[in-house]
Amino acid sequence: MDTIITSDSGLLVMAAAAAVIIGFVFVNATALGYIERKLCGRFQRRHGPLEVGWHGILQMPVDGVKLIAKQLVVPHNVAGALFYAAPLLALAPVALPFLVMPFAPRLQVIDMEAGVVFVLAMISFNTFAVFLAGWSANNNYSMIGALRAVAQNISYEIPILLSLLTVLFLTRSLSLRTIVAVQSPLWHLLRHPGILLAAVIFFIAAIAETNRAPFDLPEAESELTAGFHTEYSGIAFALFMIAEYTCILVNCCLATAVFLGGWQGPPLPFGQYSACVWFFMKAYALVFVIIWCRWTFPRVRFDQLMNFSWKYLIPVALGNLLLTALTAQL
Amino acid sequence: MRSGAELVRGALSLVQGLGVTLRAMVARPVTVPYPRASATLPPGFRGWPVLVREPDGAVRCVACGACARACPSQCLRVDAAAERGSGGRRRPQAFLLDISRCSLCGTCADVCPAGALAYSRVRCAAARSRDAFLTDLLNMPEEAP
Repeated sequence: MDTIITSDSGLLVMAAAAAVIIGFVFVNATALGYIERKLCGRFQRRHGPLEVGWHGILQMPVDGVKLIAKQLVVPHNVAGALFYAAPLLALAPVALPFLVMPFAPRLQVIDMEAGVVFVLAMISFNTFAVFLAGWSANNNYSMIGALRAVAQNISYEIPILLSLLTVLFLTRSLSLRTIVAVQSPLWHLLRHPGILLAAVIFFIAAIAETNRAPFDLPEAESELTAGFHTEYSGIAFALFMIAEYTCILVNCCLATAVFLGGWQGPPLPFGQYSACVWFFMKAYALVFVIIWCRWTFPRVRFDQLMNFSWKYLIPVALGNLLLTALTAQL
Repeated sequence: MRSGAELVRGALSLVQGLGVTLRAMVARPVTVPYPRASATLPPGFRGWPVLVREPDGAVRCVACGACARACPSQCLRVDAAAERGSGGRRRPQAFLLDISRCSLCGTCADVCPAGALAYSRVRCAAARSRDAFLTDLLNMPEEAP
């Protein structure tokens, strides 16, 4: 086995791998928070954070400390345990997909036979947490935000699955490692025009799935204050933000592994490990595009959001799947 | 369902929008980190009025009071006195401007028959009480451009 955890590895290795993944989740959220604020500033011809540290680079750690130190304000009549469980439930599942991500040929915690299914299941768990948060907060804004989140995520899960199926038909494997390994000479994206279309559909649906602008209806601040996390303050709010940034990276990692060839790239010294450079470069390039879209496009209306998925994305993805399956075998 | 041409046009407009923000990203920021740097004032900037002085330091003002009468905010007061030994020309003894009430409209400078008022390039003022904003322009350092 080439993965970090094998069937005979001890508890210590597993704990270490889990600790590294959790650390990575927090570092990634901090870095993405800074990058997002800096990029947002540049897109609007501002400077972004400048004061704390060199070019404001310590702004997010400082904000994190502030949020941890803040009082958790809990409104009356919230559904006690559920209210506290929601932020934890938002973060924990979205951190798990990193366990099966093949960052480099020998840099993967565990290679699951059904890796793609596992990643999709864990991402969908986020919806559950969002709904729980909205339901338990006893607030109409939260409730509407949660209902929107559920409707939106159900609608956009389908095009995600359909576009991934387009590739899975060709690889005939659900293991992310195998999917990356078979892209050795040519990325899936470049193999067939149908896969290119599937990748575009996946990317649009992934933006909606992570509740990011222009599809950020569940937390539309102009209508719903802050949507499902209106009543959350301090570290509970921070956990939702960390979960959002982690969810973005997970979706981008999935797109990288399935469409963009994962770790495949020009050879590097110690390529068995250092090839993760290519993986992260591709993944963060996709993250950049998601941030770029957020600060470019205005928010869509809810009926537009639903129509876009059911009337355009799903039929196109379905037709594309059939056509690709037919033509790619010829 | 929309027509295909409309969809293509819509998709192109999205790409166009991305181009706009990308150009903004690589362009220089237009804001400045304020306390440590300030923006350059545009050439036509109008701060509150100041008295124009002759090269010898004397003000041009003839204390006619036209500015005070024209001021829509009534924030000017000119105390006049005849100056001895200069042919009885009237000179201001005090030229009081209440900065907190001035709306920077520039009417005072427009109506001045002697061309004695000009726009300054001052844009910041801070004080601890309302009275402190009452400034005698005769005592102000020269700030006219």
